[in-house]
Amino acid sequence: MSENVAVIGVGHSKFGTRKDVNIAELCWESMRPAFETANLEPKDIDFFVVSNAGMWSSEAAVPALIAEYADLAPKGSMRVEAACASGSAAIRIGYTAVKSGMADIVLVLGVEKMQESPNPNVIELIGRFGSYFWEFENFGLTFPAYYALHGTAYMMKYGATEEDYARVAVKNHYYGAKNPYAQFQREIDIETVMKSPYIAWPFKLFDCSPITDGSACAILASEEKVKELGIDEKIWILGQGVGTGTANLSRRESYTSLASATYAAEQAYKMAGIDMDDPTKYLDGANVHDCFTAPEIIAYEDLRFCKRGEGYKLIREEQTYIGGKIPVNIDGGLKAKGHPIGATGVSQAVEAYKQLLQKAEPGRQADINKGRWLAHNVGGTGHYTYVTIYGLEKR
Amino acid sequence: MKEEIKKVIEETGFPIVQDEKSGAAQWVDMRELRLSYIISVENIKPFYEGLKEGKLLGTKCKKCGRLFFPPQKDCPSCFDSDIEWVELKNEGTLETMTVVFVRPPSFGMYDPYPVAIAKLDDGPKILAWYKGDPQQAKPGMRVKVQVCKRKEGYVMYEIAPA
Repeated sequence: MSENVAVIGVGHSKFGTRKDVNIAELCWESMRPAFETANLEPKDIDFFVVSNAGMWSSEAAVPALIAEYADLAPKGSMRVEAACASGSAAIRIGYTAVKSGMADIVLVLGVEKMQESPNPNVIELIGRFGSYFWEFENFGLTFPAYYALHGTAYMMKYGATEEDYARVAVKNHYYGAKNPYAQFQREIDIETVMKSPYIAWPFKLFDCSPITDGSACAILASEEKVKELGIDEKIWILGQGVGTGTANLSRRESYTSLASATYAAEQAYKMAGIDMDDPTKYLDGANVHDCFTAPEIIAYEDLRFCKRGEGYKLIREEQTYIGGKIPVNIDGGLKAKGHPIGATGVSQAVEAYKQLLQKAEPGRQADINKGRWLAHNVGGTGHYTYVTIYGLEKR
Repeated sequence: MKEEIKKVIEETGFPIVQDEKSGAAQWVDMRELRLSYIISVENIKPFYEGLKEGKLLGTKCKKCGRLFFPPQKDCPSCFDSDIEWVELKNEGTLETMTVVFVRPPSFGMYDPYPVAIAKLDDGPKILAWYKGDPQQAKPGMRVKVQVCKRKEGYVMYEIAPA
């Protein structure tokens, strides 16, 4: 049993179109810096977990692949899948393994090589992340379309506009431009978004996160190991909540909120000792799941950064930029940093580590006063949501 | 095998090409997999029989009266599988919608299609293609569920203005 679990090392590959590396090489690109920051070697790892949704890439036995490539055999391992929240699911496995005492040091690796398949095939496969039989087979819902159903409902209910959605993309590109690991390192304006072609109304091309190759790695350790190894630079996992939604969107109550997200947020806040009536008072910043622009705004509300129906005002008033009420996705988010499905949740953990330890690149470092960072990672369209709170001080 | 790759193999001895943008060497997979699943509908056969007659059927737990759409054969509220098939009122109100412009390749034979979710007057919600002008559609407007024929020749349901 370990009372507390720390993140003691992190690594991040360049996200983007990575035709220059194979899957194992892409994994090592984030594993190596994770080992180096933790000052550990592969032999020190008790257990490792790999989040990878796969399908579009050739190798299915990714844990075995990296056991071979990175000298992790014969240590125990597991591959986990929770659609776009796979990375947070892997962190949960690592966290519970350390917390239970089954392992002292766990390596968590998220990887996705989506561009081993042509884009149309990826669009086809990713659209199948809901109720395949009732919503894909006959109605051809795509991933943008599932979220667009929410985007439309939100606009109609609260009077938000497509321009408000565009503002999310503008912010995330603004910070993506300052993140050397991001897929898109350039700023855009509202016109760029508004003039881009429709993918699934109301979403246009620039409302959508891209198809990305990338990996991210985090090494977790027990409180005892942190002491034993004398590790100064680390962050603690203060709490994590996870929720599940129905497969069919038609079985949902609301399209302006993700029930799994509100459920997961409540659990995480409770566990981390955060007042859920005013969580921004406790947080220096957050990463939320902006696979599209509208879901970032819905996330503000599900996470209680503002009242229901006021999320679009936060972005309109630039309250989620650095210096605002709560900086959100200042690594570029999924939108500009890229969204390699299995790596995203782990990438959020890397960002929490960098922000809290003030190691973020110039122009995108938040002020760290409260010592806590939130990560919100959604799989499918609220089919799964993980909310994780990281902190500089253990509970 | 694509002619292009055949040519590359003849010329270079391997199915290795240069990525157009980066120039990085790429092995072109020789093994192609076509996926198409065989899915059991044995326990929801009445749904399709109903649809053929223009009716939208759901299931109802005989014990607690819970209505299910999409239909399911087991009621998790009472651990009971004694269900009956009931015709759902084919009218309701529109909840939300989208128009799918970029389609999956397997829907390539269709033009961009509007998709709607409606709440039926009986309670359950339903997701289907929307036959009507999406620009005129507003949440709360009255809609109906009707039967239609797909390009592939089979019968399906769709949502339309009432």
